[in-house]
Amino acid sequence: MKKFLAILLALVMVFSFVACGGDENTDEGSDVQVKVGYIFIGPINDGGFTQAMYEGAVASKEHFAGKMDFIYRENVAEDTQEVKSTALNMIDEGCNVIIACSFGFGDAMNELSGEYPDITFLHFSGAMKNDTNFDNWFGSMEQARYLTGMAAASVTESNILGYVAAHPYTEVQIGINAFTLGAQAVNPDVEVKVVYINTWGDAELEKTGAEQLLDAGADVICYHADSTAAQLAAAERDAWAIGWNYPKNDAGDKYLTAAYWNPEVYFNYALQNIMDGTFVPESYYGTMADGLIAIDEVSEAVPVEVRNQINDIKQQMIDGTFEVFTGPIYYKDGTVLCEEGQTLDRAGIWSITNEIQGVSAI
Amino acid sequence: MNIRIIKRSDMPKRQEIIIRIAAVLMSIVFAGLILVIFGLNPLKIFATIIKGSLGTEIRIQQTIIRAIPLTITALGIIVAFKMKFWNIGAEGQITMGAFGATWVALNLPETLPMPVMLLLMMIAAMLCGGIWAFIPAMFKAKMGTNETIFTLMMNYIAIKFVTYLQYGPWMDPNAGGFPKIAKFPANAVLPSVFGINIGWIIMLLFVVFVHIFMNYTKKGYEIAVVGESVETARYAGMNISRIIITAMLISGGMCGIVGMIQSSAIEKTLISNIAGGYGFTAIIPAWLSRLNAVSALIVCLAFAMLIQGGTYLQVSLGISSAVSSIVQGTILFFVLGSEFFLQYKVIFGKKSVKAETEVA
Repeated sequence: MKKFLAILLALVMVFSFVACGGDENTDEGSDVQVKVGYIFIGPINDGGFTQAMYEGAVASKEHFAGKMDFIYRENVAEDTQEVKSTALNMIDEGCNVIIACSFGFGDAMNELSGEYPDITFLHFSGAMKNDTNFDNWFGSMEQARYLTGMAAASVTESNILGYVAAHPYTEVQIGINAFTLGAQAVNPDVEVKVVYINTWGDAELEKTGAEQLLDAGADVICYHADSTAAQLAAAERDAWAIGWNYPKNDAGDKYLTAAYWNPEVYFNYALQNIMDGTFVPESYYGTMADGLIAIDEVSEAVPVEVRNQINDIKQQMIDGTFEVFTGPIYYKDGTVLCEEGQTLDRAGIWSITNEIQGVSAI
Repeated sequence: MNIRIIKRSDMPKRQEIIIRIAAVLMSIVFAGLILVIFGLNPLKIFATIIKGSLGTEIRIQQTIIRAIPLTITALGIIVAFKMKFWNIGAEGQITMGAFGATWVALNLPETLPMPVMLLLMMIAAMLCGGIWAFIPAMFKAKMGTNETIFTLMMNYIAIKFVTYLQYGPWMDPNAGGFPKIAKFPANAVLPSVFGINIGWIIMLLFVVFVHIFMNYTKKGYEIAVVGESVETARYAGMNISRIIITAMLISGGMCGIVGMIQSSAIEKTLISNIAGGYGFTAIIPAWLSRLNAVSALIVCLAFAMLIQGGTYLQVSLGISSAVSSIVQGTILFFVLGSEFFLQYKVIFGKKSVKAETEVA
């Protein structure tokens, strides 16, 4: 027994010597002006939302060449205890900016922004902000969704497009409706079937959702969920897939395109303002024009005329001459969403509460 | 080769200490090996866990905030376990407690004085948590059902019930279709003392209460007797059904209070994940403390350090959450494993009386 203890102690000692090998990085003399703490809902290699956010952070750090540094925590649950504790630990580590990358992190940011007036809180999505140190940012994802809808409608043979959706909530419904409008513009007979999984991300549910849609006859799968599980499910059944959040092809030849974020566009903008002392909270809304919203190169499986059409409309979106929500548009219960000859502005778009005609559950 | 496991009759204090030290050293060695495989410096990681849980005021506060639900839940579990009633249903009892507190918070007027509101929320939480424990207790007392499975299943009913409320009748109409329940009004939020919600005072009061209740009251004694031997209790003329039900009402009531604290002080609303796994995690410290209320407080504080240290580890060193879970898991594995060697001894080879004296 004593021998055993002695061996153990010796091993622990060995560790301490190995440990002394030293990899102490020195923070001394750096000219870091903002240290950002990123709170992520998923893992940074999810091929989707969190990876897009993480790579945006990396790109932003490169952009600022030494003036910006960041730390992060992945897999943070959307409950206030986890979020607050993560943010507080980051503040304790010297962060002066917290970027919370999920809708459900908002309440914790709202609370903390009052308690820590010297820290700036930037919240992805939602509408909460204050006058000094708390703002929210999002983008016109409806533009990219519309274009991916066009691509989807051009390849379907069954005229059924499948959409795995997170929550029956405005943000998600905007995407579904924009996708449907884009699809209808190319092929009026197309039908969009939706499955809600009631979570932002759960690979297993995303996959089952996609399979249900495939069983219901869909031959193109699009999704609003954090991982690429729906792409994998589609490719497995030889159906087309459209990516989301991050331009990652997990469906091989069956990958059409993806609607995705370039978050560094916003990070660079907001962090520059913070460095310059000119930061004023706003509800930032990125677009195709400033590059926050993007669409991946469209696969050659999409007919060349549709590809040209997509590029045309994309250019019009950038120029500000194309509005996704142009009437007449009707909710699926027949009520009017947008009158003939009218277009929805940002406030109008964010008042959407249902799916439009052409969308159905399975 | 012949391997036998024998229950130890007695254990010298010195040997007990040696086994415990060995367990800690082994957890350091093995967790260290895993960290080396990941290319991380083990000692730095261990130092970071300590620094991350106690290093600054904010970190100490975070550690205590984690310890509150863990300790009170462990105390609730202790009362049931002392009776050898395996209450695996703390998670559900916490959830139902939070449900009761939320019902009160959202339905009584916002003008109610804060102490009255909080007191009513606590009573509702204790009732709901208690009822959730009472159901399996009654079935056990009257029909001899298996309480382990019964309490476990009650968890899922409670959690799914709250999910239903969140997506259905209690959904906040002002949330733009997002499935969440409305926030509590200001008079339903627990105030803070020294930067930590007053749950920590409730926690200390419960430690004293459970200690006195289990050791110095007739009811506490009866619970212990039922736990040791139902036959003895019956022979002594105790009303076993009533003892089981009383103990479970207390156990579930305390878990219900945890739900009230978490919903009022932390989330400020009700979510389906309100129990956050504390109901299951607390079983480990309850057991490690050998069902002693004061030890439970100490073990839970150590556990909370591990949780907060793990959070800090991810934030400060950017290592993945999986690595910090592996470190926590390895430490627990050895500490829990040592409990086995404290109570049993393993004998290799042929039966020999001599071997028994030197194995450790």
